[in-house]
Amino acid sequence: MAEPLIFDLSKDGRRGYTLPELDVPEVDPADHIPARFLRKELNMPSLSEVEVVRHFTRLSRLNHSLDVGFYPLGSCTMKYNPKVNEDMARLPGFAHIHPLQPEDTVQGALKMLSKLESYLCEITGMDSMTLQPAAGAQGELTGLLIMQAYHRKNNNHKTKIIIPDSGHGTNPASCSMVGYEVVNVKSDPRGGVDMEDLKSKLTPDVAGLMITNPNTLGLFDENIGELANLIHSVDGLVYYDGANLNAIMGWTRPGDMGFDIVHLNLHKTFSTPHGGGGPGAGPVGVKSHLEAYLPNPRIQFDGKKYKVTTKCRESVGPVLASLGNFLVLVRAFAYITVNGREGLKDISTHAVLNANYMMQRLKKTYKLPYDRFCKHEFVLSGKTLGEFGVKTLDVAKRLLDFGFHAPTVYFPLIVEEAMMIEPTETESKGTLDCFMEALEMIAAEAKENAEILKQAPVKTPVRRLDEATAARKPDINYYRKPE
Amino acid sequence: MANYIPNTPDEVQEMLKAIGVKTVDDLFAEIPPELKLQSELNIPAGVSEVEMARELKALARENTTVDEAVCFLGGGAYDHIVPAVIDHILLRGDFFTAYTPYQPEVSQGTLQAIYEYQSLISSLTGMDQSNASMYEGASATAEAINMATAQTRRKRVLVMQTVNPEYRRVINSLCQTMGTEIVSVPFEDGTIDPGKVGELINKETAAIVIQYPNFFGTIEDIERISAMAHENGALAIVIANPIALGLLEAPGNLGADIVTGEGQPLGIPLSFGGPYLGFLAANKPLLRRMPGRIVGRTVDIDGKTGFVLTLQAREQHIRREKASSNICSNQALMALNATIYMSLMGKDGIKEVAGQSFQKAHYLKRELAEIKGLSFPFTGSFFNELVIKFPNARKILGKMAKQGIFAGIPLDNYFSGLKDHVLVAVTEKRSKGEIDRYVDMLGGLING
Repeated sequence: MAEPLIFDLSKDGRRGYTLPELDVPEVDPADHIPARFLRKELNMPSLSEVEVVRHFTRLSRLNHSLDVGFYPLGSCTMKYNPKVNEDMARLPGFAHIHPLQPEDTVQGALKMLSKLESYLCEITGMDSMTLQPAAGAQGELTGLLIMQAYHRKNNNHKTKIIIPDSGHGTNPASCSMVGYEVVNVKSDPRGGVDMEDLKSKLTPDVAGLMITNPNTLGLFDENIGELANLIHSVDGLVYYDGANLNAIMGWTRPGDMGFDIVHLNLHKTFSTPHGGGGPGAGPVGVKSHLEAYLPNPRIQFDGKKYKVTTKCRESVGPVLASLGNFLVLVRAFAYITVNGREGLKDISTHAVLNANYMMQRLKKTYKLPYDRFCKHEFVLSGKTLGEFGVKTLDVAKRLLDFGFHAPTVYFPLIVEEAMMIEPTETESKGTLDCFMEALEMIAAEAKENAEILKQAPVKTPVRRLDEATAARKPDINYYRKPE
Repeated sequence: MANYIPNTPDEVQEMLKAIGVKTVDDLFAEIPPELKLQSELNIPAGVSEVEMARELKALARENTTVDEAVCFLGGGAYDHIVPAVIDHILLRGDFFTAYTPYQPEVSQGTLQAIYEYQSLISSLTGMDQSNASMYEGASATAEAINMATAQTRRKRVLVMQTVNPEYRRVINSLCQTMGTEIVSVPFEDGTIDPGKVGELINKETAAIVIQYPNFFGTIEDIERISAMAHENGALAIVIANPIALGLLEAPGNLGADIVTGEGQPLGIPLSFGGPYLGFLAANKPLLRRMPGRIVGRTVDIDGKTGFVLTLQAREQHIRREKASSNICSNQALMALNATIYMSLMGKDGIKEVAGQSFQKAHYLKRELAEIKGLSFPFTGSFFNELVIKFPNARKILGKMAKQGIFAGIPLDNYFSGLKDHVLVAVTEKRSKGEIDRYVDMLGGLING
């Protein structure tokens, strides 16, 4: 049974919430506000509390989620979200404070933020950190603004950013938002950056390099030190996309690899929940030579009190109206505190162990384009199933019938029919075995009866959806039907 | 120390054996030795769940909550009533531990909720379509400006000085780098004189950006100023307070082309500034300029209704450097928060929240008018926020905070000319008793 839209459950006159009685003498708004600014009509549904609760509870049951099962989405680091962190984010002292309260009344919040900054600096090997950016992509934008401000200050004429062809889509999109031109650099046969191609593109107008290491193939680029030196040799800056930090915590640090700017995704590595697409948090760390450019406001401790300052003149300015997605930061702080220095290293160790365990077995069934130890994720190709008329998309859809979420598919772009698998450290060997068994059964089905895959999924709340019509005749607002 | 890793030592050995290595170190062998950390990270050792909670509870206790003090602060975030239902639903793991709905067959709950959100925001703002959410109000406004400059192929944007100063700072950081020229339109009497807009607008202007009600709480003439934008081929971007729209006419009916703003008033806790909810709604000609995710209704191969992410050819994961924005993660759970709020309050509830906020703010103003030495520097109509002026404002605000009332935001933080001006917000959550106490305490301190 499909769940009706909330609008179709509405009945005029119903109320889902009762406000306290108005206890002040009333005036007529029409005496205070010109008539043309008073609302004539408001279309909103009217429901009782129980109907609202049931509607959203029933909707929730149509979702796959981490609390239900495995989510092997490459580059997304879908690890378990500890329940206690939700409690911490709901402590009244965090959830019920106003962003513009007097500083005296939010010292605990500022202290927590300041400690989190220092933890994240230590984990990444950077000197200073801003917690303000709301998500990874906003962190990238902030990092690029810092890069631009630095070059402007140093009178460097810079127009281009180099990005490997395996990079995340947000990297080039962020470059465009600050007016930088994107230069793609090829990958070499080992899956790292092709050094010759890089050298050929290394012109004086290169502002920097954006790269993730391990990259989106899950492979650690051993040449990273030389890469950083090359970029620095043309006064460029090296930017670390922290999407894949879950592979290396406690083992190595971007700061030690030569990176100047780093962004993190707290909703990946530090386990804050994805919430169906957000909110996340994308802190940005820099080496000391870039500290002055970090967004205002900054948190400072004067020996007695924590203060928020907006004084730095070189700053790129704020990227949000607040200090950041504060309650997301509370969760990350809780996570780091519980895990501690050895726990964080264990996380990366087990994430890498789990990924390699899967890769070794699955490469017998699916094509593995880059056969070397991976870090936290690896990329298979579904190309070999092409002879049965099966695509990676069909494998992904069939996995849904087995109760698993699909891996990231068709990314990175450099692998045909890509399937990018990231197990994370919070999955047990048992879960990994079940998932691999499913993938092996699906490969066998492809051979024996490909139609099963093409019809999949059949056990989900809906089956394959007509995306083409959805885009051609967008029905995106209940109140304004498409023509 | 707490352990979210299920593998046992025996399993680890089995796995290493299956991989064909002796130790986990072998899996990290290609990291050059000079890059490997030689010592442990310099952060504290892990602790148990209960010890961590003790530390965080102690930090939380150092803050004064808006339930311990009485909050008359606004400036973009408001202390509205948050119904209990919302958090119970948000805490369902099926919602908060789900990923972005890239596999629609197993994400119908999230997708349908976003479709409902888009419809509710469109209806509230009076626009053709909304996206699935932005980070928060300020950066959403910057994205709206990027839409307008792309659509008009013009670079000049008039931003009213009565727009929230924090928003104006964010606009400056995020838009000027693209070569957008931000022109500030000064205010008089706490509001924008359309004549001033007339002096500064020209055929090079991409958009005007105006707030409704503005930062000082005053209701701007967005109708006339939007019309002036259109006469010059520019777009009208209106930053709206969504709760005010329970009482005030929808910007879409007054000429807005893009309506954006902060969704926090829709049942989102104050949270020291975040996570909040940016909303962005626009009219049809701008559909393909919209940043971020959009959900559409369609059917599956059996003809059953379902929902999908749609028009993805605008987005970074498809278009890369040609995308309409770089946004990927948004504020989906906060959009769900607002959707539950709007569903629960419903048509009558939203109107009542707006109405009570209006009534209580106007009651406060009437009572404050009795205080000698206090004045109202601006004369325009207002919704639930107003500016008051009294001597030694900063000192008195500090004293009131100590006595349990967050009495307002000193405006000389943002405008050097507005010394002793204080921005005060009143919501439906304030009782008559709290308002009376505010008036008594302030009167006593001004004339004491």
